[in-house]
Amino acid sequence: MLTRRVIPCLDVDAGRVVKGVSFIDIRDAGDPAELAAFYNDEGADELIFLDITASSDARNTMVDVVEKVSSEVFIPLTVGGGIRSVDDMRKMLEAGADKVSVNSAAVANPKLIEDCSKEFGAQCVVLAMDVKRVENSAQSQIEGYGNVPAEAMWQVYTHGGRRATALDAIKWARQATELGAGELLVTSMDADGQKTGYDNELLSVISDTVTVPVIASGGAGELEHFYDALTEGKSNAVLAASLFHFGELRVSEVKSYLSERGIPMREV
Amino acid sequence: MTAIPTNPRIVVLNTRAANVHSVEKALRKVGADPVVTSDPGELETADAAVLPGVGASDAVMRALNTLGMSEPVKNFAAYGKPLLCVCVGLQVLFDSSEEGQLPGLGLFDGDVQLIPYGMTDELGAAMKVPHMGWNEVTFAGDDADRNPMFKGIPQGSHFYFVHSYRCVPDNEAEIAATTQYGVEICAAVARGNVIGTQFHPEKSGDVGLQIYKNFLDLAVESVS
Repeated sequence: MLTRRVIPCLDVDAGRVVKGVSFIDIRDAGDPAELAAFYNDEGADELIFLDITASSDARNTMVDVVEKVSSEVFIPLTVGGGIRSVDDMRKMLEAGADKVSVNSAAVANPKLIEDCSKEFGAQCVVLAMDVKRVENSAQSQIEGYGNVPAEAMWQVYTHGGRRATALDAIKWARQATELGAGELLVTSMDADGQKTGYDNELLSVISDTVTVPVIASGGAGELEHFYDALTEGKSNAVLAASLFHFGELRVSEVKSYLSERGIPMREV
Repeated sequence: MTAIPTNPRIVVLNTRAANVHSVEKALRKVGADPVVTSDPGELETADAAVLPGVGASDAVMRALNTLGMSEPVKNFAAYGKPLLCVCVGLQVLFDSSEEGQLPGLGLFDGDVQLIPYGMTDELGAAMKVPHMGWNEVTFAGDDADRNPMFKGIPQGSHFYFVHSYRCVPDNEAEIAATTQYGVEICAAVARGNVIGTQFHPEKSGDVGLQIYKNFLDLAVESVS
């Protein structure tokens, strides 16, 4: 049976992991390759590296990071952050990434998804979306975007959640997969950092809407939250970041818990 | 990495439509020194070869045809030296694919079909296409007569799959491994020296690296 995946996400700034693992004896908590090896040993089913480098000069450091990590760790590797073109994606794939995620640039230019998918195949293209519940659609009006549709329950944000768009998250999810995205990484901005659980309503609506796998992101705080996202939330994979980095929960612990509750997990 | 006494010449075929670099890195990790090339002439002196593939089968076939690789690959398969084909590299070994128009290499009889949509799994969840993630692989035969490419790998180990199409060999004896995803999926084919895996050994952790190690061992044997 196809297992559900547990995925740690690491933020990389100018080649260094920020908020790196702080609870184990690791020589260099900012070294992406060392952390990747640690999570690989823990049983992580996949790794996601997100480049949060602000300055464009330091962008190329991410290529080196991917090159190094993929020479040491032989599990699937997704890379995202600042991908704006087919060439950007090619660089990451050639460096050793298996999938590349697009976010803001795909909202600005949805054809980017189509172009990348045609060039490399849908399985390489992950659409990452940052999503927030619509509280008052009139207030959500964005210059140049118009209004969020009145029926929308969630809207899409870009630029690391700083900029609202008029996109209905469910429609965007459907459109992106029609354009050729092979997987969706759905982050609930409402749940992110709250440790009160994933937004399972959002996840299950999106999962029912699309035929491609969905990765749940944002809100994990307890073991049960992972289970809920995979059952109630109908997600195919669960992602967490600081929860793992700060050692509040271990990847191995999450996997044995899920396995005991009847969720198919890969044994390492 | 330890040096290999008889250093085999392993060629990784670069169709520019594949994760050649991941394959190269996995081979280096197990101690091989592979050559990545788009020049089919390199096959003439190769002791073993890998045909990786990701993406669409037509893209891989078009690349093989444009680069003049199709015939050399078929010839290489006939030499009896180890040839490992991965994912779409496996699918193009068949006669045809529902995914594309271009005929395949026809080294295996059978075709390549879309994985059916709309099935639900044991948890009641919709089974997504692509089939993406780690799935349990059952190897054909007893441990004793296991294909040498898969020796030392526990039955039921998990391997990483990413694909929307599955190959359906006419000859069941050529199915070397299977996995389940609503339907039975052929996870590997084998006929003599030609092995194809639907999963990605280069992305399947330690059990995947074991396959590359076994492949390297076979390459060493093919030198001597």
